[in-house]
Parts: sequence; structure tokens; C-alpha cells
Amino acid sequence: MAFSVNHPILYLFSGIVVAFILAQSVYFLVKAAARARELGISGATIRKTVLSSALFSVAPAVSILVGVITLSQFIGLPYPWLRLSVLGAVTYELPAATLAAGAMGAEVTQTISDARVFSTIAWVMALGILSGLILVLVALRKIQSGMVSLAGRDKRWGEILTDALFLGMISAFVGLLFARVREGLPGFIPLAVALVSALLMAVCGLLMKAFKWQWLSQYALPLSMLGAMALSIPITALMGGGH
Amino acid sequence: MGKTKTVVNESAYERSLHAAGRLWGSLALLLMLLVPAAISLYFNAWPLLAPFLKALLGVLPMYWTVGIIEVFTFVPMLGTGGSYLGFVTGNLTNLKVPAALNAMQAAGVRAGTEEGDVVSTIAIASSSIVTTLVIAVGVFLLGFLRPVLESPQLKPAFDNILPALFGALGVVFISKNPKIAAAPLLFMVALFMAAPGLSSSVSILVPVGALIAIAVARFLYKRGKLGSPGERG
Repeated sequence: MAFSVNHPILYLFSGIVVAFILAQSVYFLVKAAARARELGISGATIRKTVLSSALFSVAPAVSILVGVITLSQFIGLPYPWLRLSVLGAVTYELPAATLAAGAMGAEVTQTISDARVFSTIAWVMALGILSGLILVLVALRKIQSGMVSLAGRDKRWGEILTDALFLGMISAFVGLLFARVREGLPGFIPLAVALVSALLMAVCGLLMKAFKWQWLSQYALPLSMLGAMALSIPITALMGGGH
Repeated sequence: MGKTKTVVNESAYERSLHAAGRLWGSLALLLMLLVPAAISLYFNAWPLLAPFLKALLGVLPMYWTVGIIEVFTFVPMLGTGGSYLGFVTGNLTNLKVPAALNAMQAAGVRAGTEEGDVVSTIAIASSSIVTTLVIAVGVFLLGFLRPVLESPQLKPAFDNILPALFGALGVVFISKNPKIAAAPLLFMVALFMAAPGLSSSVSILVPVGALIAIAVARFLYKRGKLGSPGERG
């Protein structure tokens, strides 16, 4: 059978790796849940953690699927399916594929038909993002002990240090909301959506306090996020994000 | 273990987690590389060396650096199990890290403790399973799903997934620590307003924000503004 970007064998290769990733996730889930019980974390908390993380992941997963579709017009479905199910994200895979295609003189606007161009792209996408995984495999233990000595014996400072790390990440993404504000009203759409999401989250917090709805704490993030995504549709229409 | 110095006071669980994490991670790494090798073999189409190296040179310096920085930024938040799994399954900033932070916050456990570690691992594993299944089902049902996913009506919702996520996550963590958050927030807002082109490099700016936050936190802590050692505040 001649090469095609959607050749059945490519589905098979990708399917094997995706099945492996699923098995790995299930293994870690079972292992951590067993340890959680030993540590005295209640079954209800474990169940809620699973459910809320699952619910939270649906919308981003669908957006990753949109990324698979974007890449599929150029390198077929099976390979992007694999790449976006493992390490990496569309923000990496697309530039990597574009660079590799460019180096072989191919255009990203057309479906790849040459097996050699395709294999070059496949290799570059696979190799270009391995550093994080390799470093974790080789040195996670060392890095963690380094972090422990950085925090020192002062427990309070150790807590502040992890909070500061979270806030560093959150600041970068909150700053990103302002990247387009100079473009006029449509540039404020991401900011408006984030404010709506923050507001929904605050409402959840008030409900939890007022009615002692502790169960809501696990679901507040996915609910606020989905609510803000839904409301982004009328917000975009109102603020003139025409395209 | 034959080593002269044991690293930290590791529990038996953590030791077995390191062993399992390395085994699963190494096999996953091997599989990720076997796929392009199998493609090259099956179609008898190996990359041409010159264009391959040229493309790799375009990708490696930036993405290998980002990958290394991500390890140092996210490992303290994800814990042992979460790191081994998260660095195989990817999508850290938009999925795994927020899932772990949210789960630890809701369960009332802290990153860096063993309780935090197991809750983070449970969250990341659940998130990975759902994400992998959604993408797999989506790939096979694409004929039906494509018109919906590509509909212009839904486009704003997918365009705004990061604002929707970081608005909700931000309000929780910023309101808990406004003193530490103020400086990195102001810096990032000013930076992105001055240089919108940096949007594509947001992952490089995460550790920059973290360094600013740590410096501010250290300064405030030394001056006694964030509670004294052992106290919660």
C-alpha cells in the first residue's frame, strides 16, 4: 500500500502508544489512590478529586482535539493524535512540523504526500520536546532534594516558596490577557472572559461559605471555566470580535 | 541501595514511585521514538540528514530550554507521581498543573507534602485518562464532530479557554497571597502590553514570573510580613 498521511499502519502505531499512556495513567491513579487511603485521605475526597479533575479536563481536551484537526490537514490524523496525546502541545507541534516541512521544501498548506518528508517531520516533532521528560527520568530525585535544601528547614518558607511558584505561573498567564488591549475593544475580550470566570469562581466561594456547600469546592473551577467559555460567545459578539 | 548518602527521608511509597515512574517513563520515551523509527522502516523513508538537522536546530535550542525550565518550575507543584506522569502526558500549563493545583486546594492539602503528592497524582492521572479518551474518541468520530468543533458559533469558546481557566484559578491564588502576587502581576501586565509579540513565548515567561514572586516573597518574609516560621498566614 502506498504512503499516505492517513495510512492504517500509522493508526496502529499511534494506537499502541496511546494505549500505553492510558495504562500508565491508570497505574498511577490506582497506586496514588491506595496510598491516599493509607494516609487517611477519605474515599469521598479521592472520588471528588477524580471527578472534578475529569470534568475540568473535558473542555481543554476538546480544544486539543481542535489542534489535532488543525494539524491533520497537513500531516494526517494519526500522527497528530499521538503527538497531542503525549508530551507537547499544539503550540509546540505546529511550529516544529512547519520548520521540518520548510527544511524539506514542503508547504504547510498542503497535505504531505512524500513519505520522506513525513518521516522527517515525525522525527523532528518527536525529538524536539524530549528534554523535560529526559531530565525528569534522570534527575527528578536530585531536583527534589535540591528543592528541599532550598526551602531549608523552615516549613513556613517552604510553603511560601511553592505559593510564589504558583503565582509566578499565574502572573504570566494573567499578563497574557493584556497582550491585545491596544487593539481596541475586541482586544479586551480575553480580559472580559477572565473577569467573568473570576466572578463565577467568587460566587462559588460565597455559596460555599453561605450554605456550607463544601462539595462545591472541587467543582468550582470546572464550573467557572465552562461558564466563562459559554459566556465568551455572547461577550465576543457584544465586543465585536468579528472573526 | 549502595549509595553513601540517601537523598531525603523518602517513604517506601516514594521509593517505589521513583522506580515505577522511571520504568514507565523510559518505556514511554522509547515508544515515542520507536514510532518515527517504525514509520521510516515501514515506508523505507529515512529523513535526509541535512534538512533533518536544519529543522532540529530550529526547534531544539528553544524547546529543549523550555522543557528544562518547565521541570524546575513544575516539579515542586506536581510532586513525584505527578511529575513522572505529567512529563509523559504533556499539556502541563493548560491542563495538568491547573488540575493538580485545583485538586490540592480543594482537598486542603499542600504541594510538597506526601498528601499533596498523592492528590496531585490522582488529579493528573484522572485528567490524563479523560484527555486521552476524549482525543481518541474524537479522532474516530471526527466525521461527525468536525462540523461542530469548527463551527464559527463555538469558536469564541475555544479561543478563550486560557482566559476562562486563569481567571478562575487566578482569583483564588491571588486573593490568598495578594502581597506576593502584586509585583509579578504588574510586571507581566506591563510587559505584555508593551510587547504583545511575546504571547507565543509565555512558557518562557513563567519562570521569570516565578523568580520575581520568589524574590518578593523572600523580601517580605525576611521583614516579617508573611507570618513567622511555622505560622500559617
